[in-house]
Order: sequence, then C-alpha cells, then structure tokens
Amino acid sequence: MVAKITPEIAKQDGYKFGFNDNDRATYKYRTEKGLSEAVVREISSVKGEPQWMTDFRVKSYHHFLERPMPTGFWGGNIQNYELDFDDIYYFARASDRAEQDWSDVPEYIKDTFDKLGIPEAEKKSLIAGVGAQYDSEVVYHSIREDLEKLGVIFVDTDSAVRDYPEIVRQYFGTIVPPADNKFAALNSAVWSGGSFVYVPAGVKVDIPLQAYFRINKENMGQFERTLIIAEEGSYVHYVEGCTAPSYSSNALHSAVVEIIVKKGARVRYTTIQNWSTNVFNLVTKRAAAYEDAVMEWVDGNLGSRLTMKYPSVFLMGPHAHGEVLSLAMASDGQHQDAGAKMVHVAPDTTSTIISKSVSRGSGRTSYRGALKVHAGAARSKATVRCDALLIDQQSRSDTYPLMEVEEEQVNIGHEASVSRVGEEQLFYLQSRGLSEVDATKLIVNGFVEPIVKELPMEYAVELNRLIELQMEGAVG
Amino acid sequence: MADTLLTIEGLTVSVEGKQILNGVDLAVGRGEVHAIMGPNGSGKSTLANALMGHPRYQVTGGTVRFKGEDILALSPDKRAQRGLFLAFQYPMSIPGVTMVNFLRQAMKAVRGEDVPVREFREKLFATMKLLKMDQEFARRYVNEGFSGGEKKRAEILQMGILDPDLAIMDETDSGLDIDALRTVAEGVNALTTPKLGVVLITHYQRLLNYIKPQFVHILYQGRIIESGGPELALQLEAEGYDPVIEKYAPALVAATGEKA
Repeated sequence: MVAKITPEIAKQDGYKFGFNDNDRATYKYRTEKGLSEAVVREISSVKGEPQWMTDFRVKSYHHFLERPMPTGFWGGNIQNYELDFDDIYYFARASDRAEQDWSDVPEYIKDTFDKLGIPEAEKKSLIAGVGAQYDSEVVYHSIREDLEKLGVIFVDTDSAVRDYPEIVRQYFGTIVPPADNKFAALNSAVWSGGSFVYVPAGVKVDIPLQAYFRINKENMGQFERTLIIAEEGSYVHYVEGCTAPSYSSNALHSAVVEIIVKKGARVRYTTIQNWSTNVFNLVTKRAAAYEDAVMEWVDGNLGSRLTMKYPSVFLMGPHAHGEVLSLAMASDGQHQDAGAKMVHVAPDTTSTIISKSVSRGSGRTSYRGALKVHAGAARSKATVRCDALLIDQQSRSDTYPLMEVEEEQVNIGHEASVSRVGEEQLFYLQSRGLSEVDATKLIVNGFVEPIVKELPMEYAVELNRLIELQMEGAVG
Repeated sequence: MADTLLTIEGLTVSVEGKQILNGVDLAVGRGEVHAIMGPNGSGKSTLANALMGHPRYQVTGGTVRFKGEDILALSPDKRAQRGLFLAFQYPMSIPGVTMVNFLRQAMKAVRGEDVPVREFREKLFATMKLLKMDQEFARRYVNEGFSGGEKKRAEILQMGILDPDLAIMDETDSGLDIDALRTVAEGVNALTTPKLGVVLITHYQRLLNYIKPQFVHILYQGRIIESGGPELALQLEAEGYDPVIEKYAPALVAATGEKA
C-alpha cells in the first residue's frame, strides 16, 4: 500500500516552496518524454559534447536497461512505488548558458531563486560562490574573484567538460562507475548540470560554495552530476539545497556526486534536501579519501516522497577519516531510507556515522548502513550511532546495519536507540508553560541539535524553521 | 482567609484505575508555607502531579480553585501560565536543549509575551548567582547528566525565573547531601516573597530545619489526617508516623471500611 501524496497534503505540511513558474517558463529546448538511446544521443549532441562523453552515456544507458531495480538489502522498496521511467522528461533547457551576471538570468527563473533567497546569500557574502540549477541545466554561476585567482574552479559540470576536459576525463566516473547501480547508470546516461569544483593544492576556501537545485516542471527528472577534486592539503565546504513545486504526479531526482580528497585535504559536503513530497530522490554520493584526508558528509533529508541515499567514504590512505552526519525527517506518506557506507581499505583509518531520524504520522525512516573493513586495514576504528525519535504511535523507524570485517585488529562500536516523545517529557515542559506543540518542537529540535550545530549559521536557522513547520499540526 | 491562593476541597484522584487520593482538603494563602508530610505511598506525589495536571492522574471528584478559578479543566501549560509551579522530584532531561534556551521559552510562555533579551539575561544571571550556580550551567542541556543536587537547583532556578504565585515542591530534599540541601533551601528562602505560597512535600523533617513552614499537614492513605504548626513536624521527627496513624486508625476504618 502506497499513500498518494496530493498537492493538498503538501500544502498542509506548510511546504513553502510549492509554487511553480509554469505560466511563464518557456523552454528553449526539451527532449520528448521517455527514455531511449536516441534521447541519450540527443542530449549529448545538443550539449555539443566530445565523443568520449557520448560513448560514456550510451554505454551507461545500456547498462541501465540491463540492470534490475534495486531490491533486497539496498533499497527502500522502490518496487512498491509506481515510478514510470517513460513518464519523465529527461532534459529541458531553460536558458542557453550559465550566466555569470545575475541580471542576465531570465526574469521568471530569477524570481524563483529570489524567492528561495539565493541572490541574498551571495550579496551578504555568506558564500564564496554560487550555482543555481533550474530543471536540467545550471542557469547561473559565479565565484569570488580572489578564489578564481588562486586557481579554484567552480563551474557547472557541462562547462567543465568543455573548458577543463583533461581534469574531467581523468576523474569522471572513477568514484561512481556507471555499473555501480541502476540509478548511477541512469544518471551517467542522461546527466546534465551539477557542479564541478577543483581546489588546488594548499588552497583553503574559507566560506562555503553553494549550489541550489530546483525542479520546476511536472514529470521532470533532474540528473545533476557533481565532481569535486580537492588537491593535497586543500579545504572546501560545498553546500547544496534542493526544492521543487508540489505536483500531483511524480518527479525524479537522481544525482551522482563524486569526490576525490587527496593527501591531507579536507572536504565537507552539506545537503539540505527539502524536495516536495512527490519527488523520488535516488542519489549516489561517494568520496575517496587518501592519506590523512578528511571527508565529511552532512546530509539533511526533510522532503521527497522516497529518498534512498547512503553517502559513502572509501578510506584509501593511512589515517584517512570519514564522517557522515545524517538527519532524516519523515512526515505523512514519506519514507526516508537514508544512511551511510564506510569502506576501510588502508590501515589506521577512522570513521564515524551519526544518524538521527524523526518520524511523525505515517512517516517512516530507515537507517541503512554498511561498514566494510578490508584485510590489511589494521587498527581501523569505526563508530556508528543511530538514534530514532518517533512522534506518535503510528510512526515507524527501522535500522539495517550491515558489517563486513576482514581484519582482526579493529575497533568497532555500534549503538542504536529508538525513543518516542515521552508523556513525562511533555508534561515536564508543559508544566513550564509550553503548549504541547511547542513542547514537541523543543524536544525534536534538541534531538537534532548535534547535526544542526554542524551547519552554517543561516542553514541551521532555516533547518530549525523547516522542522518547526513540519511539526505544526503534528500534535494536539 | 481573604487572600486564599489555593483551595482544595474533597479532591479524589485515581492512577490507572486505582484511587490514591480519598478526599483532600487544603487551603494555602499568599506568603504561607505549608509542609505536607507522610510515609511512602500516602499520596504525596499524586497530589503534586494532580495539581499540575499530569494526564495520568485522573481527578475523579472534588474541586481545586487557584486564585478563584477552577483549574481542573486546564492543561498543565495553562496552569503554569496562571502562576502555578511544580518543582519535580525527578526532573526530565531534554537532550540537545540548553538551559538558557529552555528558560527563555518558558519565561515567554508563562508571560504570554516576548521577553527582552537583556531583561531575561539579567534575571537569569541574578537568580543563578543567588543559587551559587556557575554561568556555564546555562549552556548545558536541560537536566542532561546533572547530579542530584544540580537537578534540584535547576528546578529552583526555574521557579526563580518563572516567578509563580504558588510553588509546589515535590520531595525537593530527596537525594541531597546536607550542603546541597542547604544551598537549595537558601535559594528557596531568598526567592520567597509575600505574594508567594509554598507547598513543601516531604517525607523527612530535615528540610524543615531550613525552610520554616507555618503549617504542617500529615497525609496518610490519601487523606490529610492531621494539621498543625511546626511542632507537628518535630513530633514526627521524634516519634515517627506510627503514633499519629494509630490515633486516626479507627476513623479511617470507619471511613473506608477497611483496617489501616
């Protein structure tokens, strides 16, 4: 049984990004609905891509066809949903190129991002660079001049294929090969947009680079492809936010993110996913961390109908450290199947997974995690901690941890807890004057605090606000 | 009493279908300190929880008037907003929520309007100083990892910030060593004003060495069986509960039909 999400339900949830621009949106170009080799070739040709990329896409497309839907361990029961690959637009172009001047962005798109607060953040210099993707392609991209002079590259991935082919070709598809899973294959076939970030050795980008992803069209698929390369001793924090209008039929978001963290470098990747509740969010995110490198995923999943996302770190060099802080919130009809994967390949590597999930109403959260320690990864240390909070009687949470350890000299800790918002806690807070709703909000805010405090200030504020919106009407 | 703050008449309360309070009568005026003493299981905590409106404590009869208003139909937050306060015997921890954040929200909720940051901070730090609490304490999560003494002090801090008209203290002395007990009692005394009524619920007399009640009541089997002045507490300290229980046993048998 699958609950149907209507725009009305989405509205009741107080989803403030549910507006669309369909009255004014004019696409310069759009492929026909559905997927075929011709569509894949068409996307590549419209983009004027080199032959190697066309070949990569076509090969990936055939792999996608051959590959069955994920079942069994890795999957949030996607086969139970009526996701029709032929009912989706795979590519739509709203603008001819990624503008570098905000005033050159088409008016209706500008309005959308204005409403989402993108230019504001840039004006206030809260970010070092910004990218904004509207449906398939990036419509705006800019980076602070001083960073550009230091050799930092922050462009959309389409431009990167054109302008930095030697770097892209060296790394593209090496961390997440097309054959990795069905949705990685799909993305590899039809990918468009996404961010390309290159940080030269020793350069530390002091404030975050930000990207914003927006699905506007009904039945649209968004398949951005992000590639981040942090050279030795560098640092970068990349932040992405995602929203979509509330339609009655489904949209699909299936991104691939690949990150290479070289010796002594550190990358932090923060996502606040707040898709509307008709979006399938099926994303493959993976990083390779080399000697002494640090890779951190901060992953907040609030929106979507079904999310399947397990950010991974392959710890390839000695003393590499991987971290995943995962926060999932599921309200009525939503399923957040989120988690993490840590693969210890080199000795003396360490990893930490902290997962916090909140379910309310008929919402369901699952933690799905994998920890693998290869033979030879001696003295590796891994910690997994999953906490689930249930708001009411019908909400549900499950934990599926998988562990595979081939090395004896390891130190592994796993802790899990499930708690329900307790009558005694509510009574205590109510006795101090707080209404039942405010008391519940406070308990939830406290529960997610360890994750929220890791976010940049303005994101933390926004996230707390979103959580409060989700909690309105949750009780009483 | 002209200025009666709290009037309880014939209060009966059940917990999970079992009747615990069998008709409690009590009147508390402003500026008065009442001690309610009794052996374990006599219904002391039930009285405290029922007055604050805990959903698990079902009032089956009687009335509770607070500042002239019948409060039995009000939710706990509404009672707090009317000026009722309960210092918990076992305060709950709220992980991830700092004391300062919690206190500010509580103060705002009880007042029904926003509290200027400056005013709040001044009040917070002044009250903490009074209770000999380090400022660092405000940044800790509510009751998370607090020692027994810290929990009780945090309750009194909340009382100071919320400025109630009636404070009920449920076994505030339990689990405290003598130094902690003294600090807590000094804090309560410092916060006592002529407008405040206090109900001290305690098993032992020792708290009453520090907070002096004008009235002492003995609760037994869900009824107040004897009321008096401070001398009653001293008598209990010397003789224990048995003599007074024996004295009232025939009356109890008559009332309940079973032997005490």
